[in-house]
Amino acid sequence: METTIVASRRRRRIRWPLVAGRGATVALLILLSIVVLLPVGWMLTVALKPDRVPVFTIPAEWFPTKFFAFDNFIRTMTLPDRPFGLYMLNTLTIFAGNLVGTLFSCSVAGYAFARMRFRQRDRLFKILILTMLIPWQALMVPQFLIFHTIGWYGSYLPLIVPSFFGNAFFVFLIRQYMRTIPRELDEAARIDGAGHLAIFWWVILPLIKPVLAVCAVFVFLGSWNDLLGPLIYLERNSQFTVALGLANAVTLRGTDWNLVMAANLLMMAPPVIIYFVLQRRLIGGIASVGLKG
Amino acid sequence: MSSDEPAAWLFVGPWLGGLVLFIGLPVVVMAAISLTDWSLASTPHFVGLENYTSMVTDRKFLQSVGVTVRYAVLSLPILLVLGLALSLLLNRPIRGIGLFRTIMFVPSVISGVAVAVLWFQILNPEFGILNQLLRAIGIENPPRWLTSPDWAVPAVVLTSIWTVGGAAIIYLAGLQNIPAQLYEAAEIDGAGPRQKFRHITLPMLSPTLYFLFITTLIGSFQVFDVAFVLGGSRGSSGSLLFYLLNLWNEGFRSGRIGYASALGVVFVAVAAVIILVAMRASERFIYYEAEDK
Repeated sequence: METTIVASRRRRRIRWPLVAGRGATVALLILLSIVVLLPVGWMLTVALKPDRVPVFTIPAEWFPTKFFAFDNFIRTMTLPDRPFGLYMLNTLTIFAGNLVGTLFSCSVAGYAFARMRFRQRDRLFKILILTMLIPWQALMVPQFLIFHTIGWYGSYLPLIVPSFFGNAFFVFLIRQYMRTIPRELDEAARIDGAGHLAIFWWVILPLIKPVLAVCAVFVFLGSWNDLLGPLIYLERNSQFTVALGLANAVTLRGTDWNLVMAANLLMMAPPVIIYFVLQRRLIGGIASVGLKG
Repeated sequence: MSSDEPAAWLFVGPWLGGLVLFIGLPVVVMAAISLTDWSLASTPHFVGLENYTSMVTDRKFLQSVGVTVRYAVLSLPILLVLGLALSLLLNRPIRGIGLFRTIMFVPSVISGVAVAVLWFQILNPEFGILNQLLRAIGIENPPRWLTSPDWAVPAVVLTSIWTVGGAAIIYLAGLQNIPAQLYEAAEIDGAGPRQKFRHITLPMLSPTLYFLFITTLIGSFQVFDVAFVLGGSRGSSGSLLFYLLNLWNEGFRSGRIGYASALGVVFVAVAAVIILVAMRASERFIYYEAEDK
């Protein structure tokens, strides 16, 4: 679609107001990019300062000037009070569990909604859409009581096990993607005598890898960024996740801000890197949800 | 085609089980507990609707509703309009537009905690870079942001404006789905840019606008991470006491489980009513239902 727009514009004669408008657009976009990027540059400046110099200055320093204490990143990962490196490992453990659980439970449910006929399917799908919108954080108290009763408080289980029971958003995403796969493929397999399980495993699953990759990224962002879950269910500092560790570091006063900002950069880096690598695919995934809605 | 039961129930089983176990059961438990005076210090007694009636005079509850509503009313139009404006910029056929799109979207993959940690320092009244900038352009007494009762909520709105690229990307997908022929036909009929925006872009974007309206509105009720980091202990009684933060305080810090459950019931009920009203109000939303048949 974009290419057609570009092509049709190119064929036209040069119109000067348009060129001026384009110049203004570029100027505005550069300004906005600066607004987005400068705080990050400033944060890097702070993160690279050694302990002995004041971290915050007037006027502010936007780019690393003369201090390049790269060991701040190592130090912040190994601080005895808040070992950010350990927090990162803990978070990755939770992510691994969530990844397996989500891909399994959401792809089978997506298959049922995309390819199978059963009573109440359309009504269940409506419920699925509804549950996608309702903010379930409000259930933190009863969910906590339930997990506490079965003795899971203080473990990773409340943060991992629910992912094995589906997630409306991912079921929806996978179902939408499966519907774009030609049914002739299933029919051919069915004629060869394959049942649903075989069709799902051998025909559909290999074809939906792109959407599973998108889901994997969202699962990562969910696990990496989640604050409320770890805040409620985790007890010991040695179990904490990146979001919880960082939030705790800030709410305590007299914090060593160069190390906190180094940790913050470590927190921001993985999502940003993954986004850079997979951006085309991701934006397609996000957009499909927006358009369908 | 014949029915695929009972195999279909195996495929949707995990999701359906999760719906019952992690949403249905907690909702019932929460509703039941909300009718008791259960707190960590005492055994629960049935008190009827007392928890609900006492909200009317609870200063903290009223404060949290005020903060949340103020944030929603302030942020919703700003985010919807700025997101649209940004997407129109990012939709212009300019060389290197991909880079700008990437940059503008980066903040929206970063977690709420990381954004809050960064903005915690940007918003510092003395040495924060925002107020340094404001002083540089001649504003002698810039707002004290997080420490000012009037400016704390606008400060949170600022942090969400920084991440508005997320909405812009969804708008952008909507924009690129508008057939170019529509604009070409309008140009032949002599329509100017303003008329094209009013009579083509806006109507064609209405499903996207609608989707963003609902998700942004619900999102504004869900503010927790940013308030938790920015508000610190002050959030618990101050100008950043968002609804979910208050709920968490009542349930997990004060141990008033019965009352916190009532707060949860009110929250889910209000969210559900808003969503149902919004769904009714829009014929567009049942779009994918029709496509099903």
